[in-house]
Order: sequence, then structure tokens, then C-alpha cells
Amino acid sequence: MIFKPFDTEKIFTKSEKISEMDRRDFLKIGLVVTGVFAGGSIVSAVSAAEKLFPSGFMDKYPYKPHYSMVIRVDRCIGCRRCVKGCVSANAVPDYGWRTKVLEREVPQAIGQKREFIPVLCHQCNNPPCVRACPVVATYKNKANGIVMMDSKKCIGCKICMVACPYNARYFNEEKHAIDKCDFCFESRLSHGEKNVACSVICPADVRVFGDLSNPQDRVYKLIHQLQKPVWVLKKETDAKPNIFYMKG
Amino acid sequence: MKNTDNSPVITSIKDALNRVFSGGPVYLTFLSLFSILFIAGVISGVYSLFIAGSRHSYGTYREIPLALLIATYIFFVVASTGLCLVSSIGHVFGNRDFLPIAKRSVLLALITIVSGFLVIALEIENPFRMIIYLFASPNFSSNIWWMGTLYMLYMIFMAIEFVLLLSESHRTAAFFGLLSVLFGVAAHSNLGGIFAMLHGRDVWYGPFLPVYFILSAMMTGSAFIILFSIMAQKIRSIKMDEAEAKALSLVSKLAMLMIAAVVFLTIWKMITMTTGGETRGITLHEMISGSHAFSFWVLEVACGMVIPFFLLLLAGGRKHGLMLAAAVLMIFSIFFMRLDLVVLAQIVPLYWELGVKEFSQLHTYAPTWKEILVAFGGIGFCGMAFLLGEKVFNGFVDIRGGKAVENGKAESEP
Repeated sequence: MIFKPFDTEKIFTKSEKISEMDRRDFLKIGLVVTGVFAGGSIVSAVSAAEKLFPSGFMDKYPYKPHYSMVIRVDRCIGCRRCVKGCVSANAVPDYGWRTKVLEREVPQAIGQKREFIPVLCHQCNNPPCVRACPVVATYKNKANGIVMMDSKKCIGCKICMVACPYNARYFNEEKHAIDKCDFCFESRLSHGEKNVACSVICPADVRVFGDLSNPQDRVYKLIHQLQKPVWVLKKETDAKPNIFYMKG
Repeated sequence: MKNTDNSPVITSIKDALNRVFSGGPVYLTFLSLFSILFIAGVISGVYSLFIAGSRHSYGTYREIPLALLIATYIFFVVASTGLCLVSSIGHVFGNRDFLPIAKRSVLLALITIVSGFLVIALEIENPFRMIIYLFASPNFSSNIWWMGTLYMLYMIFMAIEFVLLLSESHRTAAFFGLLSVLFGVAAHSNLGGIFAMLHGRDVWYGPFLPVYFILSAMMTGSAFIILFSIMAQKIRSIKMDEAEAKALSLVSKLAMLMIAAVVFLTIWKMITMTTGGETRGITLHEMISGSHAFSFWVLEVACGMVIPFFLLLLAGGRKHGLMLAAAVLMIFSIFFMRLDLVVLAQIVPLYWELGVKEFSQLHTYAPTWKEILVAFGGIGFCGMAFLLGEKVFNGFVDIRGGKAVENGKAESEP
């Protein structure tokens, strides 16, 4: 039997039989790739997914809250206050980083010749670091999807550093364990704060942090629209990141 | 007290020590040299990890966290698996021609795995936590967990096998030998799997490495057997007996076959790297005409494959001088094969394709002398344990002259 993805009649017949677990698995798989843009892969949470599954399904994300971040790269002015905010909130030593602002120069471009690309842990839905760690020192938080560290278990084999496609990890001498961005869970979110340090301090509102499972959240709204392209970095690694990039 | 003094164990220990101390000046010089290397390596590693901190001592960093010491670990465990596999041809799978090398190979397999564990213990940041959490908090999806656990069981089975071989219980030894082979292959392919399953690393990802590791293990094992058997003959200062010489001749043929297999795999690895993305292309370029070209063409291809192959061909399994030269070259170059395998896959920055300033240069790696010393510590332990083993077990003399073979035959045949 040949699978016809746009045969709507069959799709809806099939959709009725999809269990809740299947739906959740689908969302864990990640968003649908619809193109390639600026070193990343464009994804859309709505277009193809809504064709395949009944309406209402997109409200269900694997985690509640499902923490994500949208980075609006064209707004970034490269002031790197986000990096400083991260350092002071999370006591990041000078030899390491949890977030970084990368800089690309294109001299031959017309008009703007430089752009900035903030990077951090992508809090992947299919995190290669978590699979690789031999002792569950790094794990995916079952409630909010943040990839966290249990420092006391870390044996310092550094395989997670190699496994991470985003260079998001470093060995912290003071903790004697691998350190990484935890969306400020330890320093802020667990104390009742609603936003992460890098987002709070950003003067250009580049980093929009929020809950992808909440339709009222800005992150949800930015992801679930068709007007502007949204992309992720290193889609081909199949890590299913929760950091999205867009312009505007 | 008097009884204890006269017990067979104490007598055996005294005899063994006598044999060690009467080994002659050359033997004792090498034994001292290897012992010093071992002690220096341990001191360097302990100082680096627990006093200075690895960031200040080792040449590894965020972008290249795995390097010389991981390569050294791989080198030793590859050798161990290879020794186990090659020796099993005789005493597990019943090819009697390989029997004379069995005991020494099994002991060498044990020594090399311990050397590997020694180096890895001085590489990972918290070795004591590993001992606890490998059992207290296992991650069954992790290749490292499987590799570590399977190698531990492999080591235990091999130790039992060695003791049984010494007591000439060949049938039971064969059973534990089979377990060692099974667990060794499983552990070793998981070592390949550690790299092969990293889907963020293009150069490693795919089924190539587990297969390559097993085949190159056989190549390494053969080289180790040739080297250490001929060295053992020199230590004993007597002519190698016919059975052992025949076994060695077969091992040299096996080594040639394995070199051919590794050449074949290397060629296809290179061909496939011409496609599949920029990272693979850049890595291939660096390997064959860039910063790693000397290491690849001279150390890996010439010293590790081409020259040893022809030396072994010329030796015809009889000229031990040529075989020894081939084995030394192979072992020397296999070390660089491991280093290149580990480092090359990390030289292209992960954000390369973004074209950003911060990651516009390829990463480079140079080991520090403290790191090199730890690697030498592993080599020191290996050499020291081999030299001691030869004297403690009296050069495995019982197995020569056909006595052990006959014993094995008598026991394994109804």
C-alpha cells in the first residue's frame, strides 16, 4: 500500500485511531521541516501537522509547561548583556559559557553586513547528551522538558560534550561536573521567577522565553504562525531542539 | 609461622622473585624503565586531575574534549580484544596450531585491558563516582555504560580463564574463553558504538566504527602476539620451539589478512567521506593533505599498513627479525590511528556552517607533557606487567614442548 500524505479522506480516517500516546510521540518527534534558511532548517508547527491531525491536537505538548525559546535574530544588536546576565545569575566561570552570541559578517551584503546569532543549550526533545551519559547525570526533566544536570553523579567522562550538536556544555571545575544552560531553573524558575536571565536583561527583546504548551504564551504565538519563517539549527541531527529562530 | 614460610604459595612467590631478580641487566633495566614510566604516569595523572585540574594540565578543551588519553585507552582495549580473539582461535575454537600462544596472549589481554583502565581512570574527572554510579544509576541507552560493564565482565572471565589455563584445565578454560570472546566483542563493538551513535558528529556516525574496531583489534592483537612472543624468547635466551614458531607464523599470516582488511576499510572510509556534507569533506581534506596528512600517510598508512605488510610477506612466518620490526611498526602506528580517529572528528567546529567569526577556524589539538606522561604511564604498566609476567609464570614453559597441547588434547577429547 502506498502512503499518500495528502489524501485527506484517509488521513482523517486514520487520525481517529491515533491514540493519545501516538499524538504525544508525534510532538516529541518535533516540528515539520518545510525549508532551509540561514544555516538552519525552517520548521512550521502548523502547516503540515494540521493537515495530518485533527484540530485541537496541537495544543498538547509533551511537557507542561513546555519551556522553549524563540530567538529573533534580526533584533540582536550584539551587546551581549544576555551573556553577562547569564554569568551573574548562574555563576558561570570565565573559562566557560552557557550562552554565547555568535557574530557573522558578510562584507558583500547590501545594507546590513553583520548579524548576531545567540546560542545556548537547545533543550532537545531527543537529546543526544542524555542518551550518551552512562550514569544519568544529565536527564530530561519529565515536568518541563529542561535538560538538567545532577552534578553529584557526573563522572566527567565528557561524552555529553561530544554528543551535543550545539557545543552547549563545558566542564565546570568548581562544580566538578559538566555545566550547561538549564533555562535558569536552579537560579530563577525554581524560585518562582517566570523568565530567564538572558531574556530579562535583553534590551531588544530578542529572546522570547515561554511555554510552548500554552496558547496564550508569546512563544506559542510566535511558533504557531505562518507569516514569518521559523527555523531551528542542525535539524539534520534529529535532536528536536526547543530553541527556535526567526526574524521579526 | 614455620608452616606459612614453607607453604607452596610463599615458595612460589620466592621462586618468582628470584627469577625476576636474576633476569640479567638488560631485563632489569627495562623492568626499571617501565616501572618508572608507570609511576611517573600515575603521579602526573593524579596531580593533573586532583591537584592542578585537567583544564590546566591536559591539552583538551571544550571543543576537543576527547583526545590523547581516550586514544590511548582505545589503543589498549583494542589490543586486549584482539589478543583475546586471536588466542581464542586455538583454545576456544579448537585450532591446535594456535594453542602455544594461548597463555601469554590471555595474560597480555588482561595486562592491556588493565593498562587501558588505568589510563581512562586518569582521564575522566571523577573516577570514584564512576565506580558508584555505574551501578547505582545506570543508563541502559548509553554505549559507555554497556562498554564499561561488559569490559568488566570480560576482564573477570579472562582472569578465570587464565587461572584455568595455568592449571591446564583446558576444557573449562575454553568455556570461560568463549565467554571472554563474547563479552569482549560486545564490549568492543560498544566502544565503536560510543562514537558511531553520536548523531551530531558526521565523521563518526554510522555503522562503520564497530566493524572497523573489531577488525583492527585482530590486527593489533596479532602485532602484540608477534612482538611479545619474540621478546619473551629473547628474555628466555633460548630458541623458540617448533610449535610456538608455527603458531607465530600463522599469527603473522593473520596479521597480513587483517592489515588488508583495515586497508580496505580505510579506502572505503575515505571514498565515502567525499560525500555526505561539508564537515566530512573538510575532515577528509585535513586528513589527506592538511594538518593530519603526515600522521595519516606516514604514520598510519606507511608504518602501519604498507611496510608491515611487506615485511611480513618477506618474513614468510620464519624470519623473526622482520616479523618483530613489522609488529613494532604496526603497534607504533596503530596508536596514531586511534589518535587521528578520535581527534579528526572534532576539528571542524559544530557551528562551522553558520559562517560565524567565533568558529571560522578549524580546532587544533596538541597534547601537553603531563598528558603524554599519563599515556606513557599506561605503556609503562603494560611493559612492566609483561616483563614480570614472563618471570613469574616462568615464560609459560609448560605449554612448550607440546606438553600442554597434549594435555589439552587429552582433556578435550573423550
